[in-house]
Amino acid sequence: MRQRLRHALIALTICSACVANAQNPLANDPRAAKAGEYEFRINCALCHGLGARGGGRGPDLTRAQKKFAHSDAEMFQIISNGIPGTAMPANGTNGQGVGMTDEEIWQIITYIHSQEVKAPAKPLGNGAHGKALFYGDANCSMCHMINGKGGRFGPELTAVGGSRTREAIIDSVRNPTRRLAWGLTESTKEFPQEYETATAVTEDGTKIRGVTLNEDSFSVQIMDASEQIHMLDKTKLRSFRKTRESAMPKYEPDVLSDKDLDDIVAYLVSVGAK
Amino acid sequence: MSAFGEIGLRWRSASSSARRFLPNRTGIATRKRWATQLLSITLLLGATIHAQVNFERIVNSAKEPQNWLTYSGDYSGKRFSALDQINTNTVHALTAKWVYQTAATGKLETTPLVVDGILYATAQDDRAFALDARTGRPIWMYQRQLPSDIRPCCGRVNRGLAILGDKVFIGTLDAHVIALDTKTGAVIWDVSAADYRTGNSFTVAPLAVKNLIVIGISGGEYGVRGFIDAYDADTGERKWRFYTVPGPGEPGHDTWEGDSWKVGGAPAWNTGTYDPKTNQIFWPTGNPSPSNRGQGRAGDNLYSNSLLALNADTGKLNWYFQFTKHDEHDWDATQVPVMIDAGDKRLIEQADRNGFFYVIDRTNGKLLSASAYGKTTWTDSKDTEGRPVANQNASPTLAGHTVCPGALGTTNFMSPTYDPQTGLFYVTARDQCDIFSTAPQPYEAGHAFYGSAYFPSEEAEPYLGFLKAIDPATGEVKVKFQHTSPTWSGVLSTAGGLVFSGDAEGNFIAFDATSLKPLWHFQMGGAVYAAPIAFAVDGKEYVAIAAGSAIYAFGLP
Repeated sequence: MRQRLRHALIALTICSACVANAQNPLANDPRAAKAGEYEFRINCALCHGLGARGGGRGPDLTRAQKKFAHSDAEMFQIISNGIPGTAMPANGTNGQGVGMTDEEIWQIITYIHSQEVKAPAKPLGNGAHGKALFYGDANCSMCHMINGKGGRFGPELTAVGGSRTREAIIDSVRNPTRRLAWGLTESTKEFPQEYETATAVTEDGTKIRGVTLNEDSFSVQIMDASEQIHMLDKTKLRSFRKTRESAMPKYEPDVLSDKDLDDIVAYLVSVGAK
Repeated sequence: MSAFGEIGLRWRSASSSARRFLPNRTGIATRKRWATQLLSITLLLGATIHAQVNFERIVNSAKEPQNWLTYSGDYSGKRFSALDQINTNTVHALTAKWVYQTAATGKLETTPLVVDGILYATAQDDRAFALDARTGRPIWMYQRQLPSDIRPCCGRVNRGLAILGDKVFIGTLDAHVIALDTKTGAVIWDVSAADYRTGNSFTVAPLAVKNLIVIGISGGEYGVRGFIDAYDADTGERKWRFYTVPGPGEPGHDTWEGDSWKVGGAPAWNTGTYDPKTNQIFWPTGNPSPSNRGQGRAGDNLYSNSLLALNADTGKLNWYFQFTKHDEHDWDATQVPVMIDAGDKRLIEQADRNGFFYVIDRTNGKLLSASAYGKTTWTDSKDTEGRPVANQNASPTLAGHTVCPGALGTTNFMSPTYDPQTGLFYVTARDQCDIFSTAPQPYEAGHAFYGSAYFPSEEAEPYLGFLKAIDPATGEVKVKFQHTSPTWSGVLSTAGGLVFSGDAEGNFIAFDATSLKPLWHFQMGGAVYAAPIAFAVDGKEYVAIAAGSAIYAFGLP
């Protein structure tokens, strides 16, 4: 009975809180943080990683400064409704699992705060130098675009610094093949397209090599290195082959030093955080 | 009347020999002339007087292949259509005849029914509607006013309805069973089966048997105590309930630790099959709760992940077969169990979510064979009955480790088909492994209760999706087609030598039933989560499927 009363009180607090100023009723409650840890594993870790440090898919949430959520109320709103135009779904709409109650969302917010680390006094890397490298000697902009400047062959990177962990970005540069980038995401499809490398030979013997923009069992759209888009009917091809080797060259430390890579990451983070 | 003969709508019973008729546009095969004429009369009468669907018609559904009277097309669960106007020779000309937009969002999982030219189907948020099956134009539409705090798992979906007499029946997301008037969609009766606030819901298409509406509950993610109910079709009065988790004093109760049975799950969220000869309902059950954590519920956890044989009149259990004992991977056994007769053997066959294809004697529940039809790492031995047994490394851990298949399983709820002409069992399959990690959750009524989390392994191979054709006699995968990515589409086979299925990229595809070579496809613009059906109106065959938020019907020009 006492337990029930407690829940009723929490529910009442939460409910009035949602309507009013959306203060987290469970803020700094260590038990809520523990419950939130498990809720996080079940509902969020798929993209944001076990521990909220991000994965290849979702942002690192242990950063105190977040791109979209500047208050608990905003976090609650984002978890509830998702972020349009990104892979962040509204609560309960990803088709797997049951979604979270308001109380569980507050538990998760409490947990995320418990995991936050303060940003280092001095950011790792020199962003200005990173920008120079990105558009200069490191040749990143030959294939990648940021804020409308750069190439189209690889993924657009304006938001990547805000949505990927530092470790994930470094890994993508050092081992581009280990985890291919996501491309087109269709709302009703379970898996987004990936930047696989494809080689097609047409009926007249023309060889087309590039990255897949989209593909189904009967058609494929390939962008080649000169940024031409080829829309092909698979049944009319002489051959079609795909590999999970990234079209991006592997940047070893002898080509791009750790320090220079830190600078590029600092640049990406500075752009992505905006 | 003569139109049927001219168009040459040909049909054959599911039990007839495997010899295929050659396409015949000018007349009818002599050996079946009497039967076709009889059918034409039936068709004509059906179209004129709209005879109500009764139990006998569903039992004898093979006699009216122009209709789709129950979820899987017939009581045996074969999802096979004896229509063959659309066949390997004509399928190239198949074209979209109509599209019906449901205006619903999310996953459209419905299997329509078709009775005498009227198509009935459901959509998300407990919509139901009747359409002119020739044009797709609506006759009536219904949508339930749902409470704002329903607790569906995995989307606000509905997989279809049952029809009997002048009513269609659906289960709702707030755990009611309702009967709607076939002519207007008006609610005839509405009964509450369970409290939705503790996680009970219905997503399943009910099964009409005799004068009963049989339906199974969803809610394995909330720790419900699963059950299968039967309601009087006329009044909505509940005639029996079988709890899929036995209570104190009942056989099987001792397979649960302590009070864990009270929140033991074992929901029953996919439509079963029925054997009129023995008056038995075969209904599969889902995962024990919490789905991914075995601690606290030591034991086999009967009757989770099982196939149940129930007396249709009483709901009494005749036998059970448990596919996965003490499941910790969310491997619901909620796949359609297909009744197949092989010589004098009365079999029931199920391509299970755990990656094995099971052949069971349906007279007694004895396992005859279990063969892997996808990538599995959870077992490397079988018990004395031949049932695969979980190995030491299968259980989820705190740190997490990889198990195949993943939580979505080698297959899931998508309907398979058995084609009596090729003798093959076709099923949508996926190869995907997941990292299973524990996340202890206390039970709290109405809250998610998984006890674990799973992730796709980042290092793993990309997920692969297939249509696989299994030889039921050997369990061997005879032929397969690889999709671009895994699909949730069910499969239909037809006497036209074709197998139909959809893909995640939005294609509806007709395959040659023998080679699984695609012969035709149409881009519908939305991923497929439903299973196809076939029907005929005015002597013209159609195939229909739901994709995106619409229902599509295809026919020959």
